[in-house]
Amino acid sequence: MKITLWGVRGSIQTSGPATKNYGSRTSSVLISEDDDLLILDAGSGIQEFNSIPLTTKRIDILLTHLHMDHIQGLGFFNPFFNDNLEVHIWGPASHDQSLRSRLSRYLSPPLFPVLLRDLPCKLTLHEIGNKSFQIGHFKIKSNYIIHPSPTIGYRVAGNQSTFTYMPDHEPALGKNGMIKDQKWISAFDLAAGADLLYHDGQYSSKEYANKKGWGHSSMDDALLFSSLCEVKHLLIAHHDPYHSDDQLNELFRDLQLNNKFFFKYEMAREGMEVELP
Amino acid sequence: MAAYEIEIILSRQLADCLSIPVFIIDTVGNLIFYNAAAEDVLGKRFEETGEMPVEVWSVIFKPIDQFNKEMSPDELPLVKTLRDGLPYHKSFWIRSLTGENEKIALTSYPIINRENKFLGAVAMFWKVKDE
Repeated sequence: MKITLWGVRGSIQTSGPATKNYGSRTSSVLISEDDDLLILDAGSGIQEFNSIPLTTKRIDILLTHLHMDHIQGLGFFNPFFNDNLEVHIWGPASHDQSLRSRLSRYLSPPLFPVLLRDLPCKLTLHEIGNKSFQIGHFKIKSNYIIHPSPTIGYRVAGNQSTFTYMPDHEPALGKNGMIKDQKWISAFDLAAGADLLYHDGQYSSKEYANKKGWGHSSMDDALLFSSLCEVKHLLIAHHDPYHSDDQLNELFRDLQLNNKFFFKYEMAREGMEVELP
Repeated sequence: MAAYEIEIILSRQLADCLSIPVFIIDTVGNLIFYNAAAEDVLGKRFEETGEMPVEVWSVIFKPIDQFNKEMSPDELPLVKTLRDGLPYHKSFWIRSLTGENEKIALTSYPIINRENKFLGAVAMFWKVKDE
């Protein structure tokens, strides 16, 4: 299973030399194995898809939630405008509005000139919550996780490996942070024993102290969460748009100095590829 | 065992921040969390007891009516919430650990997630003065 990170920036696209190394594009990740493809989130990173040769007639996009940094690339996703293609969008169900209605808020004037219903591709929307399902040979589990507005995390099992994706997640929300009991940890079941976890680590611990409830994690909490879930390899992602490459390098050095975890962890970087067995 | 759903976890995190006693029960009535204020009433710390099956925790409280008669469980708000998934409120007395009767007002409400699944219930109560 190959994981390709197209966009790892949180909240809003950045640009310029100061963020060149870790990248400017917002959340989007490609999973490929055998002939099956999955795209996780449609932030501005999804534009990378337009440059790869099409080998399939069906494309599946799994959205964690509908904040702009996770859907803003949809309007510029070429397969939408190809009437030979079947595009499936999977996204969190809400109790009050359909996925179509919520996506149409963006894909309609005045924010976008083309209406969702006018896209030429064969589009199917799937509303999901706490669910297990299969796309191609990938076995997928989705669960609601802690983040403002309906948000789901994904656990994707391929032939031999498991990848868990939660770019926006605040499991430490509470008076004393994370409850160190697996039954009481948001998304524990999604991350438990994963070969690779892509997890929110937008803030330093100092920054997080003033941003509790914003829906994101500190890098230290991402490490603690991974440790409690016995994850094998963590990618810290959803980098704060105010963090330059130099700052991220410095924060990562501090993280290594202050934490003694023995699993592999590193900062997610745009363009990074991880091969799992 | 699988982790609780986020609505239960967030209910516990909220209860942990409150100074009024809060109980959280699962779909079959097991007490899965009570906060520090409830510990004062129960006389037991959650860290010591952990989760309690309904048959254990229900005997700790002795709900009594205005005639000093033990109330049937069916009359209690939390039991009613478990039964039909609706919120309830009632004032009654409980016999405290010191053997004295204390009047309380109790509100219970269901935890129902976005998928309309009933996950359990929360009860919070206040001591009230007799008029």
